[in-house]
Amino acid sequence: MSALVVEGLDVDLGGRPVLRDVRLRVDHGELVGLVGPNGAGKTTLLRSVLALIRSRSGRVLVAGVPSRPGRSAVGYVPQRHEFAWEFPVSVEQAVLSGRTGRIGLLRRPGVADWRAAAEAIDRVRLGDLRGRPVGELSGGQRQRVLVARALALEPELLLLDEPFTGLDLPTQELLGDLFTGLAAEGKALLMTTHDLIGAMSSCTRLILLNQRVVAEGTPAELRDPQVWIRTFGVSERSPLLRIVQAG
Amino acid sequence: MSITDFLADLLNPDLAFLPKALAIAVMSSVVCGVVGCYVVLRGMAFIGDAVAHAVFPGLAVAFVLQGSLVLGGAVAGIATALLIAVFAQHRRVKEDSLIGVFFVAAFALGIVIISRAPGYAGSLQQFLFGSITGIPDRDLYTVGFTGLTILAVVFLLHKELVAVCLDREMARSIGLRVFWLDIALYVLVTLAVVISLQTIGNILVLALLITPAAAARLLTDRLAVMMLLAPVIGGGSALVGLYLSWSYDLPVGGTIVLVATAVFLLAWLFAPRHGQVLRRWRESRARVGAEASQVTPAPVEVPERVMG
Repeated sequence: MSALVVEGLDVDLGGRPVLRDVRLRVDHGELVGLVGPNGAGKTTLLRSVLALIRSRSGRVLVAGVPSRPGRSAVGYVPQRHEFAWEFPVSVEQAVLSGRTGRIGLLRRPGVADWRAAAEAIDRVRLGDLRGRPVGELSGGQRQRVLVARALALEPELLLLDEPFTGLDLPTQELLGDLFTGLAAEGKALLMTTHDLIGAMSSCTRLILLNQRVVAEGTPAELRDPQVWIRTFGVSERSPLLRIVQAG
Repeated sequence: MSITDFLADLLNPDLAFLPKALAIAVMSSVVCGVVGCYVVLRGMAFIGDAVAHAVFPGLAVAFVLQGSLVLGGAVAGIATALLIAVFAQHRRVKEDSLIGVFFVAAFALGIVIISRAPGYAGSLQQFLFGSITGIPDRDLYTVGFTGLTILAVVFLLHKELVAVCLDREMARSIGLRVFWLDIALYVLVTLAVVISLQTIGNILVLALLITPAAAARLLTDRLAVMMLLAPVIGGGSALVGLYLSWSYDLPVGGTIVLVATAVFLLAWLFAPRHGQVLRRWRESRARVGAEASQVTPAPVEVPERVMG
């Protein structure tokens, strides 16, 4: 069974069509890159998968079941600016906060919660910094905290929104390796990104989105410049096309 | 006046209002200190201000009807908080504008209502600036019970409130009822404001909510420590403020706020990690050290700084 199936999804925001007839599927062991220009609906698609916005029509199935906040085992890694980094919590507390919904109202975190948080922190290699206030972390360390927070839920499906934005190349590489490793363990990952070079090299499959799914396939299958021109609305002289053909 | 004289006055049966005022001031400052931590960390000081103004029509009605001020204020404050939360769901008008609309409207309504009551000028001043006399015993119990309830709810909802403060979108995605948690927080803030009105007054109550929590934030990077320090600073300021107010015949609300502000300024200057004085000193020492070893410049340790 696919970790994520989206069928015929239509979403409007403020009366404006944002997504139309989106169909896609992400299987276990895949790292799928979702690329497209600004306003293509990438973040909206992630939020629809999390069932945070109502769709006009279509369905989202996570592990075969319609998606519901708090019920589906989906790990969400939002863009870094969504998190209140000046808040006085440690890395460990920030990661543990990912399990708040699972712990339940009026309950304290139990052994299983602490263990899941500790394993997630080790997984992103922040073990030495677990007691550090999150405000003192670098950009790359912060991104890893957000990934660990999502992993603390022990999800089968991870949704990552622009994880590489604003990070230097070594940090991007470290995160890319982490995502590849998670896919190799059998997790399903869907990641929006503007970093086409990184996406072409590390993703197992790419989905080109601009309100609809324009094209999808392995990086090797997407050499045809026409689909990129259609997705991004660029001219034939765009350096984008050289990147794509080199990849 | 010496401390012993103050203690003697506290025990003097002719001055029975004094220990009552002290108890209410300290209890409400402690509660405001705890609740204020969320207000400061979420950057919702403006909402605290709004709620403080919004309770005013409730106080006015209660005054006109000779009812409980605490109850009247709570009803009006909670009603306004709910209105703001509901209207804020539609993003056409931003939350801060809505707050601007509703809290001034509520305050205006309060002024109109209280003007209908005979001899309102004196009571108006009491509402606005606080007073330590004329506290009925009933209020003492109401404040104590309400304060304990607030602290219990904070304790029970703490991890959810923190998750929402940290990241609303994520909180939603893991199934937390963000809208209801917002309402709960607004109601907690309202109740903390209402029980503090008696001694501190309507205008100054915001200080009890913000100043101790902000001072505590300067002193620590740990949430648990902050939530213990803030009520200690608040309660301590209330105690010292009431003592100074009684000794030098100063208005009680203003004195308490000024004491808390002094604590904040001291924390701003001398806090161990974030204080200005120690930071300057560390920086100048690092400079001197670098100059001294000019021949082979030692690597100056730069803390890994934040981006994005």
